[in-house]
Amino acid sequence: MAIIRFTERPGAANPWAEFERIRQGLDHLSRNFLARDDVHGHGTVFPALNVYEENETLTIKAELPGVKADNLDISFEGDTLTIKGKRDPYHNGEKVSYHRREIETGNFSRGVTLPIKIDADTIAAGMRNGVLTITMEKAASVKPRKVNVLAE
Amino acid sequence: MNEHELKVQQKQEVQHKGETTKREKYFIPAVDIFESEGEVTVVAEMPGVAAEGIDVTLEDDVLTIRGRKDEAELPGGRILLQEYETGNYQRRFTVAETIDQEKIKATVNNGMLRVVLPKTEPAKPKKIEVRTTEEE
Repeated sequence: MAIIRFTERPGAANPWAEFERIRQGLDHLSRNFLARDDVHGHGTVFPALNVYEENETLTIKAELPGVKADNLDISFEGDTLTIKGKRDPYHNGEKVSYHRREIETGNFSRGVTLPIKIDADTIAAGMRNGVLTITMEKAASVKPRKVNVLAE
Repeated sequence: MNEHELKVQQKQEVQHKGETTKREKYFIPAVDIFESEGEVTVVAEMPGVAAEGIDVTLEDDVLTIRGRKDEAELPGGRILLQEYETGNYQRRFTVAETIDQEKIKATVNNGMLRVVLPKTEPAKPKKIEVRTTEEE
């Protein structure tokens, strides 16, 4: 075995060089991870929402399978729409043994700031096949107005 | 138990062996499977799928559940925010228990598919006696 003098070991000149290299690697990793997340735009607060805009209306959709309409509470204040609710465990008889358990039950609350002014009186919500759809009309001031061109 | 705060479960795509001809996405639905004395029940999350779009088959002990999304669910307009993708659902299970094929029942309610697979009576072991043929 060759004996190396302590000061001649690689990296001894700057003992922090290796840490710096690791830190840069981690930075690179986390940047990539965040960037990838950004592209898909996955939300982490339940429920995940899709928001669509049409000329005069705004539609918000959320997948809420197994949530009863009675257990949903939707409110609107200022420019924030809040969806609260809970998912009850379904009835599964007695004396069962689980093979797989992936469906979660519990509470959720999600607030979303609307990007456009809306008319609060027109908010309507419905559940169909486990998908919640909330529709609302834009406020009169932001609805597109058609300008007629007069021929002279 | 109800105090639990729900989190978004990211959808996972089904890994096909080949490519599909249509550019459609197939997701793996989250399931609960439980067994009681007389039956095996599969509960799957399939939001956006109507009863007409559901297809349940049991072939060679492989249970396939498939759900096709309702096209009418897609609203038009410009997308401002998209946190989830819509698509079809598909998942396969190998069922170890012997199932009475005739009595399988599937119901869908509020985006939750429930498939009840009744077990058949276990076949009674039949003993076959072996006799030596006596030479005459």
